[in-house]
Amino acid sequence: MEAYLVAIAIVAAIYVLLALGLNLQYGLTGIINFGHVGFFCVGAYTAALLAEKGWPPLLSFSAAAALAMLAAWPMGLISLKLREDYFAIVSLGFSEVVRLVVTSEKWLTSGVQGITGIPKLFGGLATGLPNSLAVLAVLVAVNLLAIAAMRRIVTSPFGRTIEAIRDNEEAVKALGKDPAAFKIQVLMLGAALAGVAGAFYAHYIGYISPDQFIPLVTFQIWMAIIMGGVGRISGALAGTFILMLFLEGSRFLRDIMPFISEVEMASVRLGVVGLALVLFTLYRPTGLMGDFTRK
Amino acid sequence: MKPEKKIEPGEQLLSVENVTLRFGGVKAITDVSFDIRKGEVRAIIGPNGAGKTSMLNVINGFYHPQEGRITYRGETRAKMRPHVAATQGIARTFQNVALFKGMSTLDNIMVGRTLKMHKSFFWQLFRHGPAMDEEIEHRKFVEEIIDFLEIEHIRKVPVGKLPYGLQKRVELGRALAMEPELLLLDEPMAGMNLEEKEDMCRFILDTKEQYGTTIALIEHDMGVVMDLSDRVVVLEYGIKIADGTPEEVKSNQKVIDAYLGVAH
Ligand SMILES: Nc1ncnc2c1ncn2[C@@H]1O[C@H](COP(=O)(O)OP(=O)(O)OP(=O)(O)O)[C@@H](O)[C@H]1O
Ligand SMILES: [Mg+2]
Repeated sequence: MEAYLVAIAIVAAIYVLLALGLNLQYGLTGIINFGHVGFFCVGAYTAALLAEKGWPPLLSFSAAAALAMLAAWPMGLISLKLREDYFAIVSLGFSEVVRLVVTSEKWLTSGVQGITGIPKLFGGLATGLPNSLAVLAVLVAVNLLAIAAMRRIVTSPFGRTIEAIRDNEEAVKALGKDPAAFKIQVLMLGAALAGVAGAFYAHYIGYISPDQFIPLVTFQIWMAIIMGGVGRISGALAGTFILMLFLEGSRFLRDIMPFISEVEMASVRLGVVGLALVLFTLYRPTGLMGDFTRK
Repeated sequence: MKPEKKIEPGEQLLSVENVTLRFGGVKAITDVSFDIRKGEVRAIIGPNGAGKTSMLNVINGFYHPQEGRITYRGETRAKMRPHVAATQGIARTFQNVALFKGMSTLDNIMVGRTLKMHKSFFWQLFRHGPAMDEEIEHRKFVEEIIDFLEIEHIRKVPVGKLPYGLQKRVELGRALAMEPELLLLDEPMAGMNLEEKEDMCRFILDTKEQYGTTIALIEHDMGVVMDLSDRVVVLEYGIKIADGTPEEVKSNQKVIDAYLGVAH
């Protein structure tokens, strides 16, 4: 039971990192990023491949963040100058291109077979609970650091400007700032968080393949921040919690109803999360923690 | 980073020469020329759709005219982006209030100071030293504006929740936070009751007196226009039909036909 709870906590912590990044991008700045999983994927593959080459985690994790940022940069440059609805489509396309690349560049990524045998972090510790607990501790520390940074950003002049961009881009221009420059920075910061999340994910699961990085992942994170409350750090946390509840809860459902097959269950799970989203938009449109207008 | 050159009151601050602006087949502005002198209140009037807002958008760089020249502080420009215009001292308000709805009055006006903040993002994150001093200094300036506009009581209220008249006032405050040399006001009194209009008139005149700000003003209320402005330019269907002091414009037959004649 402990092992199970720790396992869920680790996955949740990885999701929180992703949600914090998306919250910075959408919740605070208004960037409609439908390609978050792309940065997650870049981070995961970078960490996995560098681990194979024997890089120490500190370096490979930094590289994962850096490469994810690097991937965000040209995308931002090209498309943040477009209208935001165009950016939504471009970002979705971006994450699919990333997936296509890791699928087809077999020499590097082994294509659909994926990369196996990615070493656990803290290989020195006994496998099982002690190891997982150490990983969880590091993840929690990284999350706390990210949250602290996020709070600083929110209360800084930079944070004020990005929230202003979210509320009215034209007015920000008239006040003398170029929104595109800020949006590129924010996109890159969020991508870095997703990259780190990807690195943790690769090492924790131990096996990555392209089919783990489908747009569904992006939408689950969107659901989390919408359910939790857009534009609020507590919302990202609460939303991830609710998401995990639904994802894991539906697993129990399967134990009660063994006649449902694994494939059917996947659809049921999606359906349940979708239903939750609908209920939230109907009865609590500002999310569990309320949205940014209710500070 | 304003150009150092000082322009004396009465000298030409901005001139618009033969500007034509088209949207596809629609001519919003046709061959319009006029100037704005340092320290004056310059009204731009005309019936609906005359091209007044378009003119402001041309001046602050939202729209780029197909023909004509804009000279600001002696420098002629072909094309300028709005944030550059702001850097050079041009501030504005919008016809349909463009505030940051999720943010408080105080924060909205603070965003108006962003241009004057120079400490880097990383200093800001550490919230110590120079960035902190800078923030405090700007906060002081913003509090002065809040006093000036008599909006102390709504400092912390999210502006989305404010009545329209107050929103217009906050928007003026945000523009003033830039300490602009030229302030463009697009119908600052639209939708206000008499008392609110009187307040707004007073703020506009005080702005001119206290800060020496040059003001270009679009307004439909002719009483207000006649009271406030030094000179008036009149547009109709994108064409300039009159230009002069309020008295001159009032007695101009074309203006009477085009604008004053029709009931509003
Ligand atoms: N972005 C745009 N795209 C297309 N047409 C535009 C655009 N902006 C303005 N126009 C057109 O240009 C003309 C002038 O519009 P403008 O908004 O400048 O008028 P206005 O004098 O401000 O009118 P009002 O008193 O109603 O505010 C109108 O015919 C309008 O439809
Ligand atoms: Mg207008």
